[in-house]
Amino acid sequence: MDTLERPATRPVRFNDPQVEMAHGAGGKVTRRLIEGLIAPLLANPALDPLSDSAICEIEGVRFATTADAFVVKPLRFPGGSIGELAVNGTVNDLAVAAARPIALMATFILEAGLPGDVLRFEVEALAQAARRAGVAVIGGDTKVVEHGMADGMYISTFGVGQLDARAHLDAKSVRSGDSVLVTGPIGDHGITILLARGELDLEAALVSDTRPLTPLAAALLDAAAPGLRWMRDPTRGGVATALNELARDCRLAVVLQEESIPVRNEVRGACEILGLDPLHIANEGQLLAVVSAEHSDAALAALRGVAGGEQASVIGEIREGPSATVLAVSGYGGSRVIDMLVGDPLPRIC
Amino acid sequence: MKYVDEFRDPALVGAVAHEIARAADPQRHYRIMEVCGGHTHAIYRHGLKDVLPPNIELVHGPGCPVCVLPMGRVDDGLSIVDNSDVIMTAFGDMMRVPGTKGTPLEYKARGADVRMVYSPLDALRIAQANPSRHVYFFAIGFETTAPSTALTLMRAKALGVRNFSVFCNHVTIVPAIRAILDSPDMRLDGFVGPGHVSTVIGCRPYEFIAHNYRKPVVVSGFEPLDILESVLMILHQLAAGESKVENQYRRIVPWEGNLPALKAMTEVFELRPYFEWRGLGFISQSALRLSTAYASFDSEVQFEVPGVRVTDPKAAQCGEVLKGVLKPVQCKLFGKECNPEHPIGALMVSSEGACAAYYRYVHHGEPVSA
Repeated sequence: MDTLERPATRPVRFNDPQVEMAHGAGGKVTRRLIEGLIAPLLANPALDPLSDSAICEIEGVRFATTADAFVVKPLRFPGGSIGELAVNGTVNDLAVAAARPIALMATFILEAGLPGDVLRFEVEALAQAARRAGVAVIGGDTKVVEHGMADGMYISTFGVGQLDARAHLDAKSVRSGDSVLVTGPIGDHGITILLARGELDLEAALVSDTRPLTPLAAALLDAAAPGLRWMRDPTRGGVATALNELARDCRLAVVLQEESIPVRNEVRGACEILGLDPLHIANEGQLLAVVSAEHSDAALAALRGVAGGEQASVIGEIREGPSATVLAVSGYGGSRVIDMLVGDPLPRIC
Repeated sequence: MKYVDEFRDPALVGAVAHEIARAADPQRHYRIMEVCGGHTHAIYRHGLKDVLPPNIELVHGPGCPVCVLPMGRVDDGLSIVDNSDVIMTAFGDMMRVPGTKGTPLEYKARGADVRMVYSPLDALRIAQANPSRHVYFFAIGFETTAPSTALTLMRAKALGVRNFSVFCNHVTIVPAIRAILDSPDMRLDGFVGPGHVSTVIGCRPYEFIAHNYRKPVVVSGFEPLDILESVLMILHQLAAGESKVENQYRRIVPWEGNLPALKAMTEVFELRPYFEWRGLGFISQSALRLSTAYASFDSEVQFEVPGVRVTDPKAAQCGEVLKGVLKPVQCKLFGKECNPEHPIGALMVSSEGACAAYYRYVHHGEPVSA
């Protein structure tokens, strides 16, 4: 009686009468926008995998390319700001495609009335983040819109990186028995932004985790390239959404051990109070990876050896079934389905 | 995390689960209703079905504020924000509840000024910050949230705020439980009593269930150990042939309730003669409206609302699910036309709604071992 049959994945269609904030949340509604409208109209072999980066080959060298846009509100928040986020977010999309970032471009959409020192601060933050990530910003554009039209500023980026020849990442290569790893505590970025808006009478000593993931991705490749199957940075929609996409693409089950998922007490507390699930909260400096069982220990040790990877953990494993489903099992044996994000608890998080 | 982890301790949960298995008569099928949607959510969120013996069936009750709100009331509430220069405020739970012309979020996307608040006091602050506009709070909830609405109105009155009103949909839990007990298709062995409501009204109002209907009631907390201990206490009462009201949630719930909160409610609200509940129909003296002294803060007095009854789609069986007659998955629309993205009934909207919890957390087939 309690059996819920989930229909097999079928093509989604975009028939929505208007755009809602949820179309930008990274969850199911975003999927409908991209897979139901944009991807079918632009269909081509490089686009169709719909991964964080598109792979293209030029004279035998394989590159990863990615585009990103940043509309975070507020512009500055504990642990970072939009300029830094723009670099890290772009670099991270390349890093999880196993690409070494080579160059970025950045477009600034500025609002009339934006104070000059705010703009200077963000361009400096962007420059500093690019130096930290070891990548040059080689071009871009500037546009100005009327006051009140862009909430200060938006940044749009493009990035290119060279693929690591050792990597063979593909959700379809994931097998039952593989391990699921995360590089550190989840949910810091989303909860930090939520609190930074000051709309809630909640305070916590919490900072965004925004950072380049290149050192962590490189460590994984060095230690476990032959067993490294899949990587993703769980931004909007959080770990739950990234793992649901994985489960759907590999037609297997992702089974998480709830107690082994690193979450700071501040994030757990805020989520308990607000009725949110840390698994749905955005991260800007964490990497999810699926590694074969035999490479799991080496991968974990490698991540923990990188500065900022000390709390890396194996959080679950891949199983045969139930197909295309993410489950979490509690310490006392209760289990629940972890679905993709529905709706948008936290708009404009990056 | 303090006050949470100790109530999710695997060893203790295992021990109570073992006690439950011993206390349950294997020859008997138990149907225990958790009245409160917060419990429904917690039961699924923590996978408690996996720890209970199969002959203990938890039946979901009517205690989900947005679920029991009929669509006509949603339309009435949303009609006010059609006036320009009006700001609607509501709890997050309300934002995706569909009215005939869309959800509050869809109104917002079309340009209406709809804002989510975490407290009615925030709504009052928005009114003070926007003196040239009218701000109303779309109030929902049982006795859990009614006192905060009452206190907000008392403050608004004391401060002389003139551009603030409340569209009041506060309901009371006891008439709903009575309606379920009187429902002919209902067979229940006991109740896991609401925890948050009882922090306000205390435990005494449930005594009629134990005395007149001879069913055990255990007021319960929301963590896995709380709910399991409450189930165990109900089993012990049933085994002893008893029916009484017990308080498992003593760390929060005083037996007599919260007297200042009750006093605030008495000052600000009066009982409506009757109110429509989705699925349960009209129930007399089951909801609150603003008293005459607060009429100038009553959105229904300040604005004309259509007051049209809207019947639920025929195929949707929200009423049966609300009363616990049907499991969510037994509804013809469940997971098909009605899903969290396109909810047809409110039970699919609120995180406390049985259908949303079911859709979100229940997996196919066998329990997954740790």
